[in-house]
Amino acid sequence: MDIHEYQAKELLKQYGIDTPPGALAYSPEQAAYRSREIGGDKWVVKAQVHAGGRGKAGGVKVCTSDTEIQQACESMFGHKIVTHQTGPDGKGIYRVYVEGAVSIVNEYYLGLVLDRTTQRVMIVASAEGGMEIEDIAQSRPTSIIRATVEPAVGLREFQCREIAFSLGIDNSIVQNFVRLLEGCYRAFRELDATMLEINPLVTTEEGRVLALDAKMTFDDNALFRHPQIAELRDKSQEDPRECRAADRGLSYVGLNGQIGCVVNGAGLAMATMDTIKMAGGEPANFLDIGGGATPERVAKAIRLVISDANVEAILVNIFAGINRCDWVAEGLVQALKDNPVDVPVVARLAGTNVEAGQRILASSGLPIIRAGTLIEAAERVVNAWENSKQLSQRKKQPSKKVKAKARAVRQAVDAKTTS
Amino acid sequence: MSILLDNQTRVIVQGITGKMARFHTAEMAQYGTQIVGGVVPGRSGDEVDGIPVFDTVKQAVEATGAEASLVIVPPPFAADSVMEAADGGIRYCVCVTDGIPAQDMMMVKRYMFRFPKDKRMTLTGPNCAGTISPGKAMLGIMPSHIYEPGPVGIVSRSGTLGYEAASQLKALGLGITTSVGIGGDPINGASFKDILMLFEEDPETEVVCLIGEIGGPQEAEAAEFVRKHMSKPVVAYVAGLTAPVGKTMGHAGAIISAFGESASEKVEILSQAGVTVAEHPSDIGSTIASVMSAEVA
Repeated sequence: MDIHEYQAKELLKQYGIDTPPGALAYSPEQAAYRSREIGGDKWVVKAQVHAGGRGKAGGVKVCTSDTEIQQACESMFGHKIVTHQTGPDGKGIYRVYVEGAVSIVNEYYLGLVLDRTTQRVMIVASAEGGMEIEDIAQSRPTSIIRATVEPAVGLREFQCREIAFSLGIDNSIVQNFVRLLEGCYRAFRELDATMLEINPLVTTEEGRVLALDAKMTFDDNALFRHPQIAELRDKSQEDPRECRAADRGLSYVGLNGQIGCVVNGAGLAMATMDTIKMAGGEPANFLDIGGGATPERVAKAIRLVISDANVEAILVNIFAGINRCDWVAEGLVQALKDNPVDVPVVARLAGTNVEAGQRILASSGLPIIRAGTLIEAAERVVNAWENSKQLSQRKKQPSKKVKAKARAVRQAVDAKTTS
Repeated sequence: MSILLDNQTRVIVQGITGKMARFHTAEMAQYGTQIVGGVVPGRSGDEVDGIPVFDTVKQAVEATGAEASLVIVPPPFAADSVMEAADGGIRYCVCVTDGIPAQDMMMVKRYMFRFPKDKRMTLTGPNCAGTISPGKAMLGIMPSHIYEPGPVGIVSRSGTLGYEAASQLKALGLGITTSVGIGGDPINGASFKDILMLFEEDPETEVVCLIGEIGGPQEAEAAEFVRKHMSKPVVAYVAGLTAPVGKTMGHAGAIISAFGESASEKVEILSQAGVTVAEHPSDIGSTIASVMSAEVA
């Protein structure tokens, strides 16, 4: 789960991390008011969205007066910001963070991640602050410093010092850097983060070491023990389809194709998407119904896929181990009876209780196309989709019957007017 | 022969009194697995379908001589249970629990390394379907009827794709020595490479099928191992060619976040190491069959 910059800064302050003075605003007027509360004569207005690369996309503006703050805010509120991390639809701006400007001496990159190769927390730092880490890795790979933390012992002071000296941080403020890094590590561990990024981390003329930006991602699996973090979720920053799915306890990712997928198991769900693509279609979503799915849960999943307006055909692919094909079939039939659809539905069932499942589908009276294997299922759904597209295009042309009726009406009207 | 598990392996189930655990314990016992006990703190003296329950893993091991364990307990307690197994003298542990916090797994891995190599437990999972040596024993939650004994070793991150491969092999009249699920979490127990190493040494395994997916470094690491150390042919399939970057696809570990983590990059890396890659999930069985007939010829 991602959170906003201002939320990350609030959390990090509790771990002793120094940040510029700032406050949140929900309107241009409130932003101007906040700037006066903060004081000084220069401020930065930052759009609060769950994405990096805001600066280039117009989401960060330096202002020196109320008017400038209001103008900056008006260009942000209600608008969408599109960066390389948001996807083409962008993310809506509903809050801004106003921060007092600071006199920067140097900028650095600092990141903590749960590294999958070493299976430990890795610290990544670079003197090339302000750039995205992917760009630094491309253009200045040698400037990247890495250190892994032994989990049982924790981050040691010498490791922090090594990083500080490698970054070329001035002797007089090395201790400030060490404290900041130790605080970041404690926050990362105590709050079950999977990523913490401070970019840029800056040093100022007064010798402060400040987090100018902050980004944190948390482990969804650990939110049960951090209710205060779970509360920070901002649904306005998520795909509404994914939100609805999460509320129903389903694992769903929205895509841009036309073929809706209902599958059990993440691997099989991905393989199903791949097979649809190879058969000439485009998947509309990733959806894993999980293990031990009840008919109700299956029905929910089907309804969720149907509710996506882009879906023009549906493929249900179940290889039941811990699941039961009869329950899946029941859920499918129930969902289609409650919400009749005019798109083709293909179902492939295999594994536990497959015969019972097939019987339920066969006796349902619904036009569900059945398939035996994954490739067969993908080919049938793509064919059915193409046929139904042609059919619906034909439907848009008025039929002979309709044309005849229209003629009759016209003639009747003509007869009336002439008489 | 088979790897990790056979009909002599004495097994305990941690969390045996849970509804799911109970059901799958019965399935495993029926398949021929030697289930000798269960562990649930505070339930010592109870029995589940005639199987004795113990308070701790140590007690269970002492009383039954158990060597393997299935951990099927809720996510907040699963990491602790795996560590208890490692400390209690369990040699092989399968953890099927989905949803364990990643930092808990980081501590589990650290804890396992406190034991010298000859005493260190092998862990597969978490978030996996389990391991089965067809015709001998099963330690997990898979539908056992799709597995036939034979010469193919399977190692898969995804449970359901492992089923897909097994049933395709069965349809072709081919069987399996052992099928191992290593799970879909970002930090897991045994890696692809660890399991490949066991298959390479197993005299009955003739060919190995590796089923990977997007995210993480383990497919690339496996490719490196195949290139340097495998004499047996390896067939692979990688799921997620159509998966978008930066999105978690169901498995907590299935997310493309770094270079080399996309399905197409993994396919490229594996092919270069001499692995035969099935392009299509429906071709896994037939690709294995054609590699095997090429070996004979």
